Amino acid sequence: MADASIGLWTVPLAVFGGAIRVSTPFLFVSLGECITERSGRINLGLEGTLVMGAMSAYGISYLSGSPWLGVLAAGLTGAMLGALHAGICSLPRVNDIAVGIALMLFGTGLAFFLGKPLIEPTAPRLPAIDFGWWSNIPQLKAALRINVLFLFGVALAPVLYWAFRTTRWGLLIRTAGESSDAARAMGHSVLLIRLRATMVGGFLAGIGGSFLSLFYPGSWNEGLSSGQGITAVALVIFARWDPMLCLWASLAFGGAAALGPALQSVGVTFGYHLFNAAPYFLTLAIMIITCSPKRTLTGAPAELSITR
Amino acid sequence: MTSEVADSVEAAAAAPTGFLGRHGATIEYILIPGAALAGALVVFGIFVALFGKNPLDLYFYMYQGAFGTWFSWQNTLTRAAPLILTALCTALPAQLGMVIIGGEGALLIGALSATSMALAMPSAPPLAVQFAMAAAGMTGGGLWIMLSGGLRQYRGVNETISSLLLVYVALAILNHLVEGPMRDPASLNKPSTREIGAANMIGSIPGTEVHWGLVFGVIAAIACYVLIYHTTFGFAARVAGGNIRAAKIVGLSVGNLILTICFLAGSCAGLAGMVEVAAVQGRTNANLAAGYGFTGILVAFLARQNPLAVIPVAILIGGIGASGGLLQRRLGLPDASVLVLQGIIFVFVLASDALYGRIGFLKGKP
Repeated sequence: MADASIGLWTVPLAVFGGAIRVSTPFLFVSLGECITERSGRINLGLEGTLVMGAMSAYGISYLSGSPWLGVLAAGLTGAMLGALHAGICSLPRVNDIAVGIALMLFGTGLAFFLGKPLIEPTAPRLPAIDFGWWSNIPQLKAALRINVLFLFGVALAPVLYWAFRTTRWGLLIRTAGESSDAARAMGHSVLLIRLRATMVGGFLAGIGGSFLSLFYPGSWNEGLSSGQGITAVALVIFARWDPMLCLWASLAFGGAAALGPALQSVGVTFGYHLFNAAPYFLTLAIMIITCSPKRTLTGAPAELSITR
Repeated sequence: MTSEVADSVEAAAAAPTGFLGRHGATIEYILIPGAALAGALVVFGIFVALFGKNPLDLYFYMYQGAFGTWFSWQNTLTRAAPLILTALCTALPAQLGMVIIGGEGALLIGALSATSMALAMPSAPPLAVQFAMAAAGMTGGGLWIMLSGGLRQYRGVNETISSLLLVYVALAILNHLVEGPMRDPASLNKPSTREIGAANMIGSIPGTEVHWGLVFGVIAAIACYVLIYHTTFGFAARVAGGNIRAAKIVGLSVGNLILTICFLAGSCAGLAGMVEVAAVQGRTNANLAAGYGFTGILVAFLARQNPLAVIPVAILIGGIGASGGLLQRRLGLPDASVLVLQGIIFVFVLASDALYGRIGFLKGKP
């Protein structure tokens, strides 16, 4: 009876496993949004991008039989939505926050429309790597079945951190975000930099969506995303636009989101819905603690409309 | 001094004359959103044509389902009622330059508060119950959005994100209560609270199937319009929305303005929740999260945040929602097609913001 032997350890173990499993979409969306926001624009539409990514990944995976093609399709869909956002935002006097809200509704609606025939069929899922082969405790084995996308995301965070600091592209994005005049004076088109940054951001958010439909929970339905996209956007703010902090924050969020199901698995049914809302409470609490009306946040790109 | 007067007289004489000159701005406010709407309909027609449906059929059935018959008119108006109220939840804070998108949360909290109030006074006369429900719904929804406003004012938390996060918190609270402490043991498949009782329902406007919520909505929209454009308070709010530093210099209490406006905005959405309970559902359950709060955002933006313009726009968007059923039955389009169309309209309306002041013939110049 391996079950009985670990007893209450089930909960922290499930939270740990959940942190890895649930955090992946948060991680990809927040890294993508980090790039976009560093260039001086906010894309609230990533919630819609996430859902569109989930739908297109599932559809392409079902039609082609290859989940990795699905991931690619999700990324491309996300990049297209990002291009749409950037294109509308580059018109004069258009508010990027409002466009984000519009694309959130548009992306979700379009995904539900196109995804109607996909609710029934089962698409091939993404494989997982079994890091728990050495253990014979089933819960530990389950927690250590880690998806490859998660590893990509974990590797991407330090790469982005490095890229922002040292590469030419990182510097250009940061210049556009800190002072569009400076970027223009250097002879670069701010709109073009932001277009690319938003497209890359959308690409990553789309991949985050593909994780939802192709690995965990691992099916397509209309209740798949309940605000993960928007939570991830908020997460970037208190991660101070730092990719490494985005990684830690995503893990914390994943753990918080896994708390409800974990408690339910050991028989604590009270407040199931409240525990499920833990990531939202956590986001609000952290925003309340870290924001201040007196100063702009340290590390905030100066051109960002949300902090002005 | 005299030269200034002379200048102003000259300026008045040089001011644009003729119909277009005087009403150019007003025409612009109607023409540009109208063109955006038409553009969105064309794009949606092309989108539907890609799925092998005839766009002309689409427009015909949309018209039929929204405004074609008395039955569809009533359906449209019933849907417009909560949309007017939730749109005000976005339009009022917009006067202060705030973007609040959490109307759905205030609607849910308003519905919960109103239901709790009705269940707490089982033997009171219906009219008293209805008043108490409206008061409770408005207070609950108002405090909910005021929370976002307070966080913005005192902690600098972005109100757009906090109000949206609070939607999910409100949904969690609602699910927790209707599946736990407030659950009616008789509701097996769909966990719900107990019913508020048929006597306490607010009923329909005589001669129609449209409930009184529409009247509440219209009154609220007119009241908001008067408040914003014809009172000192509304003027102060618009000053603060235009230039917050100027508002502080002339001694306006921006914090109080934010909290009051947010409370009023939330109470509109809370009233929508009360109306949905007292006129449609009769109880609180997850059905209430039908997306009226999110569609209200679209209505507010399409109405350019003008409380009075919210009324016709809500009827128009309500009509699109009402036609969804007919599109599903006659053309075999999924129910989400309404969401797609709303999304396209939203995108077009925002993109059309770039056109203001750029249409040559409206400036009164050759």
